[in-house]
Amino acid sequence: MTNHWVDIKNADVVLVMGGNPAEAHPCGFKWVIEAKVKNRARLVVVDPRFTRTAAVADKFAQIRPGTDIAFLGGVIRHLVETGAIQDEYVKAYTNAPFLLREDFGFEDGLFTGYDEAKRSYDKTSWAYDLDEKGFARVDPTLQDPRCVYQAMKRHYARYTPELVSSVTGVAVKDFQEICALIASTAAPNRTMTSLYALGWTQHSVGSQNIRAIAIIQLLLGNMGMPGGGVNALRGHSNIQGLTDLGVMSHLLPGYLGLPTEKDPDLGTYLEKRTPKPLRPGQLNYWQNYPKFFVSLLKAWYGAAAQPENDFCFDWLPKNDKTYDIMAAFELMSQGKVNGYFCQGFNPLASAPDKAKVSGALSKLKYLVVIDPLVTETSTFWKNYGEFNDVDPATIQTEVFRLPSTCFAEEDGSLVNSGRWLQWHWKAADPPGEAKGDPEIIAELFLAVRELYRKEGGTFPDPIVKLAWPYKIPRAPAPEELAREFSGTALADIPDPKDKLKTLAKEGEQLATFAHLQADGTTSCGCWIFCGSWTQAGNLMARRDAADPSGLGNTPGWAWSWPANRRILYNRASADPAGKPWDPNRRFVFWNGKKWAGADVPDIKVDAPPEEGMSPFIMNAEGVGKLFALGGMAEGPFPEHYEPFETPLAKNPFGGKVSNPAARLYKGDRERLGVAKDFPFVATTYRLTEHFHFWTKHTRIAAVLQPEAFVEIGEGLAKLRGISNGDRVVVRSKRGEIKVKAMVTKRIRTLSVQGQDVHTVGLPFHWGFEGLTKPGYLTNTLTPTVGDANIQTPEYKAFLVDVQKA
Amino acid sequence: MPLQSLDIKNQSARTSTPPSARSALEVAKLVDVSRCIGCKACQSACMEWNDLRDEVGVMEGFYTSPPDLSEQSWTLMRFNEVEIDGAFNWLILKDGCLHCADPGCLKACPAPGAIVQYANGIVDFHQEHCIGCGYCTAGCPFNIPRLSAKDSKVYKCTLCSDRVAVGLEPACVKACPTQALSFGSKEDMLFQAEHRIEDLRERGLAKAAIYDPKGVGGTHVVFVLPHGDRPEAYGLPANPSVGPVQRLWRSGWARAAGVATMAAVLVAGLLHYMRHGPLEVPPGAAKEGEVKP
Repeated sequence: MTNHWVDIKNADVVLVMGGNPAEAHPCGFKWVIEAKVKNRARLVVVDPRFTRTAAVADKFAQIRPGTDIAFLGGVIRHLVETGAIQDEYVKAYTNAPFLLREDFGFEDGLFTGYDEAKRSYDKTSWAYDLDEKGFARVDPTLQDPRCVYQAMKRHYARYTPELVSSVTGVAVKDFQEICALIASTAAPNRTMTSLYALGWTQHSVGSQNIRAIAIIQLLLGNMGMPGGGVNALRGHSNIQGLTDLGVMSHLLPGYLGLPTEKDPDLGTYLEKRTPKPLRPGQLNYWQNYPKFFVSLLKAWYGAAAQPENDFCFDWLPKNDKTYDIMAAFELMSQGKVNGYFCQGFNPLASAPDKAKVSGALSKLKYLVVIDPLVTETSTFWKNYGEFNDVDPATIQTEVFRLPSTCFAEEDGSLVNSGRWLQWHWKAADPPGEAKGDPEIIAELFLAVRELYRKEGGTFPDPIVKLAWPYKIPRAPAPEELAREFSGTALADIPDPKDKLKTLAKEGEQLATFAHLQADGTTSCGCWIFCGSWTQAGNLMARRDAADPSGLGNTPGWAWSWPANRRILYNRASADPAGKPWDPNRRFVFWNGKKWAGADVPDIKVDAPPEEGMSPFIMNAEGVGKLFALGGMAEGPFPEHYEPFETPLAKNPFGGKVSNPAARLYKGDRERLGVAKDFPFVATTYRLTEHFHFWTKHTRIAAVLQPEAFVEIGEGLAKLRGISNGDRVVVRSKRGEIKVKAMVTKRIRTLSVQGQDVHTVGLPFHWGFEGLTKPGYLTNTLTPTVGDANIQTPEYKAFLVDVQKA
Repeated sequence: MPLQSLDIKNQSARTSTPPSARSALEVAKLVDVSRCIGCKACQSACMEWNDLRDEVGVMEGFYTSPPDLSEQSWTLMRFNEVEIDGAFNWLILKDGCLHCADPGCLKACPAPGAIVQYANGIVDFHQEHCIGCGYCTAGCPFNIPRLSAKDSKVYKCTLCSDRVAVGLEPACVKACPTQALSFGSKEDMLFQAEHRIEDLRERGLAKAAIYDPKGVGGTHVVFVLPHGDRPEAYGLPANPSVGPVQRLWRSGWARAAGVATMAAVLVAGLLHYMRHGPLEVPPGAAKEGEVKP
């Protein structure tokens, strides 16, 4: 979230699209209700079905799965055509006035630079027109046809209400009513918050769905404002912490990039990742990249990391390609993976195309499962009749199950969606032989290190010389790890403003990442967490609920990254002169001497407004990007592409049917179905009563939602002669599942491009382990194709057939 | 025996003078349907607090699960898909005892002290006195009490009288994430409800209303209904009342008639004894449990 949970209460309009917080985040949803009750906010829900969020909405529209960009593109067009944008904000805080290169263009569904054979773009032309100093040229009047604003206007001119309606299935009247509600927040004293979750990310255009709302929120001046923002509601407890700590195949902690084969040395690596400012006078905060990165290497390799050896840069693995979940299972199914560790992960149930995953796991020599509960993955080799019909005799994979602890059985911090690191305390001892994850990993590490020490090996240094400073080496304490993430001074750090002072003395915990150094005198395991455990102690354990501004901002409650800042880009809550846009939302402002207010200012605190430093300090241009330069795989503006399995024969917006830059393995392409055989559009989702595949192990949750089902509308039920409660078979090209049918009025038949489109809703919580009625894994049906940027699988839009069983 | 803080105002099949030294605050639970997201946290908390565990059932075509109230499920989310004025609505209602001021169950109950009404308004069942006749289920205008097939006792929501007695809110209220449930004095709850009605009307729900039916003397579970003119769309009776039979049952006439009947039976028995002597088992008749060849 750019904002945080409590801040939702400040919104005037709550747009829930690509998420279903009443069901998936019921506790956080209290703040939506708070906004309605206390702030008279209007709740708008756009979803493929009428959800429990829709049940309390002021306005609902049913959308065809996978057409969010068509809808949002139409909203952009509406805002531009009707002038419902916050003009001063857009001119000062976005790249609307920036001129684009002459060779940039868009034609027939493709941006310039497309390479059909590689399914990727040469993005050279997706750039600003730079002057001789390397700064972007701008037209403050927004009239130049080459400026971003005009390019955006041209791009979305095609997204007329009629075409939007005909693609999404949302009636023109409903679409326009929702546009009007959204547009109402262009006023400086009104804000809209956008709440989304996996309903936007789990598409082959997932990242571009988020880009589209980012554009809308910038046009409306809702970024950096209390009650505004683009807010990702994270699905697991601490999944935000997982991404923060870089537990991704292409990341290091703090969103630093894992080096690739093209980074032969530290200098090259840093040069590529340390941007130069694109406008004069901008903070360009990523210029500090070397400080964050070197401090990370010091945390990992300790005394071994020295300037002479590039701080052990050579010890880091170098990616030759991405190793995301779909890539990993592709390699596994090709027999190229020997062993696999599943820690807090149940891929047989969670990854797409169960048959492919099961086949891949069967090719492993060994599989290690670290989990507090028995998972389907750990018993993938066992026959459970129709639900898991495998022959154990043919599977040679050796499976090790290492029981770990649940959250209530350990101390530590959890990062919530709002970026708060909240310390929690153990409530109970773990049962039996269960151990905390750090302890399990530490024991494995020590055993491996011992082997390297005794037997040597090709490249023992990264293992043998890894810093391991923990008091009990086989069980690093959560407190030790937290202090390491936050960071320590390895020498006295002089204050550059006053040579007689120090920022920190040797051995002290650092107060802020502003004190990190690139010369090896600081150590920090995750730069964005720096300052969470200072000389004052564990700030994550604070529980002061005082809210001095009345805007739900509680600086003394836990600790928020970065720098205890609660709303990102909060400088943008004030106008260019430093005065709050809205007198009722005095959040961060210039007080004559410095930036002050309810939150930690997201700007150089002593930079007076007249210097023109812009609020989006992480961007080299200092402003928010309506045009995304080279950051995205499939284009600088979001464009509608159909899901990889679509009921339509062509893309109504023209050109390529599906995302031209999405990766698709050969075997997976053959496992895609077509509308002739699989005529209905399916989407998968969670229900309030269960949490993923965990709570089916608890009796009460099992009572509340006992058995697998599929939701279908009355139109489809009639077409197939299905009655409520009938047992049906749902088939995709990948496989089939048998479930009970729930026939509901909550899913209507949509009219799309003149044809009837039926939506099929597939909740996915059941499996062959647990206390609920045994069932099929829903991901038997889903395709292995993902978003072109980060490879999140397309669980939310694919084709199936439904018949009476 | 109830806790001292739960003074009994009224009890089934018994006449007694309620204690009056202390003045009890009349309590109520407010169910604000416009804030309810049907998450079932209330159901879950009810099972946890009251140590209830219903069976893991089957999906019967609805989100409601278990399918009905039972001796193990004292509260239940019911989901109703209805069209109102041409617009689709998914109405979600937390079903359970409404704790009537004029409780039909208590009036119908023939077992002394099996159903009590506390001075704070909570209607509670004391299963140790229950005789399993099921009259309360017939007497309830909301179809709430459930007779257990296992122990022939009747069960329903207690409004967590044990928690309320020590100053806590009911478990369901504690668990509700959106404050769709709140608990306090009935006066405060009605005041709060009025505010919500204002907001709902401002949003175009002109018929929003409080459900506190007078036919049962008002209730201690009060609802804010966005479509207040259509309580039956939520599964609530439009005009609930205690039936004429129950009224008669608890009236002075019924009591007099009952006493007269008992006296008549006694007299008849005495006369029968005087004329025919004691009842004896005829020789050759099978004794209980004995099987004749």
